[in-house]
Amino acid sequence: MTTSDTNDPGSPRDAGNWATKVDRLAAPDDKSKVGYNITGKKVTGPQQGFGRLWQRTYSTNVGTVVGARALITDWKVNFGDYWPPGSVFHNSLTGIEPGAVAPIEVGIASHGPKLATGIVVIYADEESFTFMTPEGHMFAGMITFSAEEDAGETHVEIKILIRPNDPIWELAWPVARRKEDEFWMGTLTNLAAHYGVVDATVTEETVCVDHKRLWRNWRNVWHNSGIRSGIHILTTPIRMLRPQRSSG
Amino acid sequence: MSEPQVSMTVHFPETGTAVIEISGDVTAACEPVLMSAYEEACAPGTRFLILDFTGLTYMNSGGIGMLVTLLVRANRQQQKLAAVGLTDHYRQIFELTRLDEAIALHADAATALASA
Repeated sequence: MTTSDTNDPGSPRDAGNWATKVDRLAAPDDKSKVGYNITGKKVTGPQQGFGRLWQRTYSTNVGTVVGARALITDWKVNFGDYWPPGSVFHNSLTGIEPGAVAPIEVGIASHGPKLATGIVVIYADEESFTFMTPEGHMFAGMITFSAEEDAGETHVEIKILIRPNDPIWELAWPVARRKEDEFWMGTLTNLAAHYGVVDATVTEETVCVDHKRLWRNWRNVWHNSGIRSGIHILTTPIRMLRPQRSSG
Repeated sequence: MSEPQVSMTVHFPETGTAVIEISGDVTAACEPVLMSAYEEACAPGTRFLILDFTGLTYMNSGGIGMLVTLLVRANRQQQKLAAVGLTDHYRQIFELTRLDEAIALHADAATALASA
């Protein structure tokens, strides 16, 4: 086996940027109540999903008051604060760093129950970070958040490479796509507003990378976080009645 | 987007097989270089494509995304894809992203050819 051609042959330049591989994810102990659709799940990449493969790109210009690295540092720490109301990102105390697992609660409607799922941070450097999704998430794939400086201005981009995870999410794609537009465009608008850009213009581009559905993965429906969140909510009273297990 | 710090060369060790040797940094910025190499590798009859990462010095998540799109294109052409020359570090990244389930990993081109 060859080694990387770097100044330090034992340590590639990107070594600290990647998460370590784990077979099964575990929600952080202090977030186990909202991490029930993460613990025990595997990470899913675009080839583990079911539906068509989409590449979606959202971008905006946040002006001149912040550089790319400073913006990414802020975004890693306050990631959920820039989300539109209705959904919750449970960031870890250490913020977004490689290997971090974060439960998320997605608001389906403006009020009412939330769908529980999560993300795992697979990559983070000074100018970008990337999430992958666990089994059961609406989408199987990767989402990268990055910033870049050009002519003194800072441009921010969200690049998504995803397949709907199972046949149900594939059927829901037309609705999910619109929801995703609202969500990520809202996020970038909030981020730009934080840096003084009011009513920022957010552009969106969508390309279908693969029209083929991966029928071999139809069984992903077993992990569907929408169904599992519904069951979890309906069975809450039963869990409350169950006697607490003693720890001794 | 920054200039890609990568070079790719294509050769054909045997009929129906193409090897793309990748040297440098694999990021989203090198997509045009990779796709151009892929076009060159897609000579009539190419059924097996080997990506040789022996010269790989850096890869970010954009590079992984780019490999996914290459995989889709290869699948569309009913071509098998293999990766060789990965260090333990990069092999671990293929496993982390579960790309190893779609792209066969081998120690070197000879082993990949023997498995074809």
